[in-house]
Amino acid sequence: MKSVQARKLKEWVIEKSILLSGIFSVVFVLLIFLFLLREGFSLFRGESVIDFLFGKSWYPISDPPRFGILPLILGSLLVTLGAAAISVPIGIAAALFIAEIAPLRLREALKAGIELLAAIPSVVIGFIGMITLGPWIKNLFNIPTGLTALTGSVTLAFMAMPTIVSIAEDAITAVPRQYREAAIAMGATQWQTTWRIVARAARPGMLAAVMLGIGRVIGETMAVMMVTGNAAVIPTGFLQPVRTLTATIAAEMGESVQGGPHYAALFAIGIVLFIITFLINGVADLFLHRSRR
Amino acid sequence: MSETSIDIRALNLFYGDFQALTDIHLSIPARQITALIGPSGCGKSTLLRVFNRMNDLIDGVRVTGEVVINGKNIFAPGIDLLSLREKVGMVFQRPNPFPLTVYENIVFGLAVHRLARRNEYADIVEQALRSVLLWDDLKERLHHSALTLSLEQQQRLCIARVLPLKPQILLMDEPCSALDPSATLHIEDLMRELKKDYTIVIVTHNMHQASRASDRTGFLYLGKLIEFDDTVTIFTKPAQTMTENYISGRFG
Repeated sequence: MKSVQARKLKEWVIEKSILLSGIFSVVFVLLIFLFLLREGFSLFRGESVIDFLFGKSWYPISDPPRFGILPLILGSLLVTLGAAAISVPIGIAAALFIAEIAPLRLREALKAGIELLAAIPSVVIGFIGMITLGPWIKNLFNIPTGLTALTGSVTLAFMAMPTIVSIAEDAITAVPRQYREAAIAMGATQWQTTWRIVARAARPGMLAAVMLGIGRVIGETMAVMMVTGNAAVIPTGFLQPVRTLTATIAAEMGESVQGGPHYAALFAIGIVLFIITFLINGVADLFLHRSRR
Repeated sequence: MSETSIDIRALNLFYGDFQALTDIHLSIPARQITALIGPSGCGKSTLLRVFNRMNDLIDGVRVTGEVVINGKNIFAPGIDLLSLREKVGMVFQRPNPFPLTVYENIVFGLAVHRLARRNEYADIVEQALRSVLLWDDLKERLHHSALTLSLEQQQRLCIARVLPLKPQILLMDEPCSALDPSATLHIEDLMRELKKDYTIVIVTHNMHQASRASDRTGFLYLGKLIEFDDTVTIFTKPAQTMTENYISGRFG
């Protein structure tokens, strides 16, 4: 009898401690959000939310300071769109190739390579972007600086690729064999089977992969700060310097006065970023859940 | 003597070093139902998958001998596998409709083989669903996912989607093993209906099914065709004691 009791107690302790760690991770996220809100909210005592979100100039240290983050939002958006336009088609194609076409040995090598790409620190990727890609773009387009939105997009595409490829590849591999067999047995070619059946069946998972890849790009700071030139102006094209939300926080936090309006404005940017990534992850989650059903 | 649909001569099949089929000689008659029976691992499914060369998907498969369909040896070099599989349709053990809509499932073959123009699709879909008696149930749900159908409906749909290809031969690999008894009887009725136009080869574990539904039966054991005859003969006075032992349930 005693051992049964002991076993039950042990079970109870294990169960509750797992529950507790689960609760903690949610609580931490909430606390971070609350902290952001508390620090950032004081900005809106002197500034309207509309002026903050849609103001066209970001002059945090002029007198009076102007805290309009529209150029930063557009900078982030532009770099992200560019990175997505590069990494999504290549990433999905790579995932289809690895999962469906590549022979076993090549598949293993490619997967290892992609995992390695994910393991490269972002500062190293940024460094390569700055030293090699930047000058190359400068010469190619004959523009005054190579540190542009395009440079940022290409650099970030490399960082989004591993996420997109590995999650999309999982989704494709999870498509039951019987669908492929049925298509082949009807005389479909390998490509018709892959494109019309497998890719269709894996679509929710591939969309989730894309969303998570984009989430990674929006949140990326170091590499993007090194290669985009950091000019807080409203961008009109890919071939000019831009500044992103993340780079602004990283670059200016050190020189802002704690508790001052600049400091609060940087935290308010943090809130905006938090909401954006929260939405993107939410959408990705939705797709992943749908794909599991 | 009825017309022959598949003519198998001296067929041997190896998975690597393992010989799965040994010296099979068999003529499968056209527009009849031929059942292949035998215990698990006897090679009946392997034999079925010879006819549309689905075994090619497995590494290390080697075949000798001839399988003649439409006057052509399907193992001859230069044979077009895609058109072979257009003419030899297959229905699998577990219903495996594509995770697409009912309509898309049926037009898949048409699209893949470019057999019809888009404005003919609707008629072909209706015809295919009518042949498997699904039209009245599904005409309102053509654009719903095929995965929402019942298992029996899914299996009927899997039969329906190969019909637009106008196959000559339908291969069925234990098509009822995932279905309940009443659905099984419905599918057997459907097979009797379809044999007016198609040659049907069915692999089954279920000897009652073979005796109910087929015209001819082949008994395989350890990769050899032990006996092949009219179904009535096989089940009433088989020539081989091994066949008799199997159908009377003494082994297998």
